Amino acid sequence: MHITIDADSLRSEIRDKSVRVIDVRKEEEYKKSHIPSSVNLPLANLLSDDSPEKVLKLIQSLGIDDETHVIVYDDTFGALASRVAWTLQYLGHEDVSLLDMTYGQWTSLGLESDQKIPSYESKTHSINLHPEIMATADYLEKEKEKENVILLDNRERLNFLEQHIPGAINIPYRTLGAPDRILKPKTEIKRLLENRGIKSNGEIITYCGSVGTLSGLAYYALKSVNLPNVKLYVRSFKEWKDLKKPIQKQEHATYWDLSAE
Amino acid sequence: MTIADLKQSSPDSKLPRVNWAKIEEAENFAKTVKLYRQGKIDKDNFRRFRLQHGAYGTRMTDDYAMVRIKIPAGEIYPAQLEKISQLSETFSIGSAHVSTRQNIQLHWVVLEDVSEIMRGLTEVGLTSREACGNTVRNVMCSPLAGVCDNEKFDSTPYAIATAKFLLRNPLNQNLPRKFKFNFTCCEKHGMARIADVGLIPETRELEGKTQRGFKIFLGGGLGNKSFVGHQLEDFTSDEDLLYTSIAVLRIFDRMGNRKNMARNRMRYLVDEMGWDKFQNLVLKERAIVRATQSVIVKLEVDDTPNEIKRPISVSGTDGKQTPDGYSRWYKTTTFKQKQDGFRSVFVTLEAGDITSNQLRSLAQICRDFSAEGFARNGFNQEIVLRWVAEDDLPRLYSRLLEGGLANSGSLTMASPIGCSGTTSCNLALTNSHRLAKEIQRKFLELKYDEDEELRDASIKISGCPNSCGQHEIATIGFYGGGGRLGKDMYPNYVMSLGGRSDGDAMLGANCMRVPVKRVMPVIFKIIEIFKKNKKSVDTLSSWINRIVKGNEDSEIKSVNDLKKILSPLVVPPTKAEDEDFYQDYGTDTSYHTITGKGECAA
Repeated sequence: MHITIDADSLRSEIRDKSVRVIDVRKEEEYKKSHIPSSVNLPLANLLSDDSPEKVLKLIQSLGIDDETHVIVYDDTFGALASRVAWTLQYLGHEDVSLLDMTYGQWTSLGLESDQKIPSYESKTHSINLHPEIMATADYLEKEKEKENVILLDNRERLNFLEQHIPGAINIPYRTLGAPDRILKPKTEIKRLLENRGIKSNGEIITYCGSVGTLSGLAYYALKSVNLPNVKLYVRSFKEWKDLKKPIQKQEHATYWDLSAE
Repeated sequence: MTIADLKQSSPDSKLPRVNWAKIEEAENFAKTVKLYRQGKIDKDNFRRFRLQHGAYGTRMTDDYAMVRIKIPAGEIYPAQLEKISQLSETFSIGSAHVSTRQNIQLHWVVLEDVSEIMRGLTEVGLTSREACGNTVRNVMCSPLAGVCDNEKFDSTPYAIATAKFLLRNPLNQNLPRKFKFNFTCCEKHGMARIADVGLIPETRELEGKTQRGFKIFLGGGLGNKSFVGHQLEDFTSDEDLLYTSIAVLRIFDRMGNRKNMARNRMRYLVDEMGWDKFQNLVLKERAIVRATQSVIVKLEVDDTPNEIKRPISVSGTDGKQTPDGYSRWYKTTTFKQKQDGFRSVFVTLEAGDITSNQLRSLAQICRDFSAEGFARNGFNQEIVLRWVAEDDLPRLYSRLLEGGLANSGSLTMASPIGCSGTTSCNLALTNSHRLAKEIQRKFLELKYDEDEELRDASIKISGCPNSCGQHEIATIGFYGGGGRLGKDMYPNYVMSLGGRSDGDAMLGANCMRVPVKRVMPVIFKIIEIFKKNKKSVDTLSSWINRIVKGNEDSEIKSVNDLKKILSPLVVPPTKAEDEDFYQDYGTDTSYHTITGKGECAA
């Protein structure tokens, strides 16, 4: 399985009708225009109930079975697409990739788009959950104390400084993206992780602010350089705070006042 | 689409004239950080190395650094602005900071990511090498050099050549302390008298020819103890520029104080030795340098004039109405160049902060509007777009407005300087950075930027007695500290009055302590007293100048008289009466002083 797919490969797969393309933007954006043959699965719809049973129904209705090659894209630097792709993988769908660019970049390259809304026959998909790619709060809390486990916070730097899960290190999602691709080239990601002392043999748990989108992108960034054991804390910092678990802060500095926002 | 939409086709970006970068340094930095984390390099050696490469420590933590990107002579090109935009978004806080010494700083960078920033900088020819540490820091040049009416000639090529000669030069790798060169355009603009070496272009007639040279000032500088520089001689020819620089550096290297951190800047050496003796030494040393340097050692002054090519445009407006606020912006942020029909625009920032999005739009605006094709960092935490045709200004204003960059006041008192303070600096005692922003917002709200009588005054704020905020050269300057009522502490500034950095450079006179939450009321009160007592031709700056020198004849005759009137404003209330009084800006907890180890002299 490839983590990402480039535009040319996707276009030829669309021509071969060998792929199901999922557009995870909002319905009104999808309706305006989308990549030809793509179906719409707005992230919000998925998140309203992401129990395996509900997700199963959703993807079956999009004509996806166990063998379908699925490509996901968004217009939010790959983060929303990542979250949907991860959900499919968690359910047991093996063959899912991310388009390596956003829809905005796709159209700015002058690649084809369409307003036609295709309909596909419902298919049957099995459930074969992959708990090894998911972390819960309880799991994380115990696991992060271990030496070989790295907890990765993918929110922006100032948010991280303000509060984070104790022991986490910060790699903001933007660090992993490139200006023209949702992910940096592998050599760059490798170098970055090596600089940070993140070794490939350990376990890595990623999290972000609320629903696991930014950290979903980080999940795939890490998978793209073949790290074997990566988990997404999918309920992320929002749940952690709701559960009143311990929080760490960078003290004694007024860093927010450096921002020109 | 109208014609107006078509006309702004971007010309190709101008390429930087010097490549300051060296990729090996990024690789070496990454390696060295690893060795340090593995305990194979001790803390002190690593700190020295880190500073030499332009990564400064961050408040109360070893995990983060500030990367100070040198912009020699302030010349910054559109592609460089875009790269810094991307780097700030990727590795920093999504904003960058324009310093008072023409650097651009990225704060709160994870130490392990610093090498990635260096790598990115090499792609656009920039470096952070020797931006910190005991080295020759960024060589500054007046943002008006080349366009200033009063200048004898454009000093920029000399500033660039000096920076080029010194960068990575063994001569400057291990000085007793940091060392600063400031080139200016004329007496009025710039800061020749508050640098280790300050230079003002000068010419003289010799055998019927006009010879270029400089007025060179030595041993000035701001700090815990500040000094105004001494002029070395009437005229230093441009041929002697390099020899003089080398001579001064060699003397400092040899004789500067390497033991006492608090007194190791060159100005202390000058002070201790006495000017006459120091001057003699420099002149002698220069003779030796001149006699012994190989003839190939010389400044590479690239004097080719910049190509001035106005980006294609049709005149006037683009059919849209000029937005509100244009004339106020025009009046308070643009400077008439000596070249007819062109202005320099000082883009107003808040305490030098600019978002990555704004950097990106500024890059495009620079391509679209500046006829010289690049921008300049100013001396006051701003970015300057020069060579903008008068006719293009309304459209430029609209574009800045879209990017949230069209605030007025950059050339007035309404743009205070604030060092980084407690936002990132280990030494800071107060949040000077936020205070500067608060004052700016209030001043703009009150339209003080439009008040001609306030225009040439300045407010500058440092978060501690060191002078990164340059408070000593402000009309009204502040440096941070702590005050106490019983057992309760509050942020408290020392206010000084009457400082200036021009031809009549002098350091401000200490007036009184002002609690942070009283700083604005005190400033407003000073303005009120000024309005009441001023003479018809007075500005706030000239009025305060007279008071400080004891030449004023109204009811306010001295700093002491002023202090008497202001004193009731600074009486601390109890904590029960006013809890806010005990909190600094940007926090909701009670104030206490906490500092780490400074690295200015590491």
